Amino acid sequence: MMPSNLLQIAAPELILAIGALALLVLGAFRGNRSTLLVSILAGLVLIGAAAAAAVAPLGPIFRGGFVSDEVSRFSKVAIYLMSSVALLLGERWLNRLRAGQFEYPVLILLAALGMGMMVSAGDLISLYIGVELQSLALYVLTAFRRDDGKASEAALKYFVLGALSSGILLYGASLIYGFAGSTRFVDIAHAVHTTAAPVVLIGLVFLACGLAFKVSAAPFHMWTPDVYEGAPTPVVAFIAAAPKLAAMVLFARALLEGFPDAIDQWRQVIMTIALISMAVGALAGLVQKNLKRLLAYSSILNIGYALMALSTGTQLGLQAMLVFMVLYMIDSTGAFATLAALSRDGKPMETVGDFAGLSQERPTLAIVLTVLSLSLLGLPPLSGFWGKFYVFKAALAAGQWQIAVFGLVASVPAAFYYLRIIKTMWFDAPAGRTDTPAPDAQAVAVAAGLWSLPLVLVGLAFLDPLAALAARAFGLS
Amino acid sequence: MDLLAIAFYLLALVACVSAFMVVIARNPVHSVLFLILTFFSSAGLFVLLGAEFLAMLLVVVYVGAVAVLFLFVVMMLDVDFGSLRQGFVRYLPAGGVVALVLVVEMSLVAAAIAGKNATLRAPSTNGVSNVEQIGRVLYTDYFYFFQAAGMVLLVAMIGAIVLTLRHKPGVKRQDIAAQTARTEASGLRLTKPATGQGISE
Repeated sequence: MMPSNLLQIAAPELILAIGALALLVLGAFRGNRSTLLVSILAGLVLIGAAAAAAVAPLGPIFRGGFVSDEVSRFSKVAIYLMSSVALLLGERWLNRLRAGQFEYPVLILLAALGMGMMVSAGDLISLYIGVELQSLALYVLTAFRRDDGKASEAALKYFVLGALSSGILLYGASLIYGFAGSTRFVDIAHAVHTTAAPVVLIGLVFLACGLAFKVSAAPFHMWTPDVYEGAPTPVVAFIAAAPKLAAMVLFARALLEGFPDAIDQWRQVIMTIALISMAVGALAGLVQKNLKRLLAYSSILNIGYALMALSTGTQLGLQAMLVFMVLYMIDSTGAFATLAALSRDGKPMETVGDFAGLSQERPTLAIVLTVLSLSLLGLPPLSGFWGKFYVFKAALAAGQWQIAVFGLVASVPAAFYYLRIIKTMWFDAPAGRTDTPAPDAQAVAVAAGLWSLPLVLVGLAFLDPLAALAARAFGLS
Repeated sequence: MDLLAIAFYLLALVACVSAFMVVIARNPVHSVLFLILTFFSSAGLFVLLGAEFLAMLLVVVYVGAVAVLFLFVVMMLDVDFGSLRQGFVRYLPAGGVVALVLVVEMSLVAAAIAGKNATLRAPSTNGVSNVEQIGRVLYTDYFYFFQAAGMVLLVAMIGAIVLTLRHKPGVKRQDIAAQTARTEASGLRLTKPATGQGISE
């Protein structure tokens, strides 16, 4: 029995799917001359989808395969808006390298569609299809500059390891289905409530491993530094932001809706992954020379914090995870936008040494990168601090003070590598003239910087009640 | 032991052994051939379960299309498979430990289930044929998954085109509209060359 407002509930995804198909036809007929037009229209489609997601009615449709609730509404608005930023960054950037093609905006739209399906997945099948749709689009985007050897290598690694993780995820899903006799999270929760047999727990662990790969949590993080280093910078800005939020929300939904009674078992798994992620992210980041690799380890560290919030399994923890991920997405996009804006003699500046003395050459971008580094470090009152504040508060409220202490300790070595960037920019001798920064990427970077410092104090007043409302959707304590 | 059980154990054994041979075969062509054997045995297992439509799909799609494509690719690529296998012995201990852990885990699970006298039941068919059963749910209950899977395939297609299509400059293409729109005036030119000089073009 389908609810009569099915089309309204699925409206954001329908807008995206139909928009992507229409723009694909437009691009196929008009060729690469229409890249700018397709990009602008794709941006409008994403903003339209975000608006539709904000007002669309809620409810489960397609027999529970697609669940629209407060959590999915919150994350969809964030994901679609972040995806439109990736369009803005990528269009001009690729054009400058004469690698612009109309497929770029179309693939971003399809990736956003996959993410929307992920956050709304109420079934193991829709979970898998959403993850695959999103990942396939990202593999292609990673290799978008197909004549670049590094990009192709990164895409191949991403693809092979991604296929392996999908296999692990499917294996876990088949064990869970074999146990519960249904792929719907609601039915699985019911079956687990009756008996939690070892087979379903093994399936759960496999599922968690597959999803941990998608959020690039250690020890499933091996692809992250290579992909971040090789992929085009705007694509990395995209990969590092919206897909992480989508995968974290999917993780939370699968665990909290599908296995609420096995919380003691999966909490150990998530906590272990969180601890390893924080340790790897903090320590391995110390030896990185390439800024994109460094930001990759920073993202592994931050995913550790998000998983720490998830491991509490409380409403407060879910709210903390949502706030943390949104604030982190903006910081990380800003940092990659700074990298996309800067170049020297037409070559991208990627090593830490390239940034020496940037404060004299490009003071605006140097200030922005300083603010964003301090924010990622978690210095009050910048946005990164508030994200961590929520996470630690939730962990302490759930009585998990050990992992909270570990998180604090892990941020000490991380502080060292953020501060090293700042020191290089402000106190080292300039490394030579840089090209004029690209205005579009610089605008995104400045916007992210402004959000980090003054705007977050106002923005948080809106973000906090929205995230709290979203976190109530799972009916947790 | 009835005939069904014998058939099951035979097919399952062949499937497992040939799957193992896919990994350890020295010659990549042999690997692909063993892969085809694995698909055939799995198709046989599906028949035993009463899912003859799936069995047919497996043979038609996987054996007929995918595996043959594999075979073509393996034969056409000039890959030195000897050098690819160099790390095999080095990684064998680590891989062996992982495999052992998995085997022990799965047998513990199997033992736990067998201890509870659980039996495998094929879903009841109520006399409805396979194809009809799938047809009944594919566009109703599973409509969303079916459409979403279509989007995944679309992305795969776009990806293949984006990554491999190259427009070569200077390729002559047939323009049918221009051909049929040819008139006497546009397709014919009358010249009057001077005697003994010919046409220079």
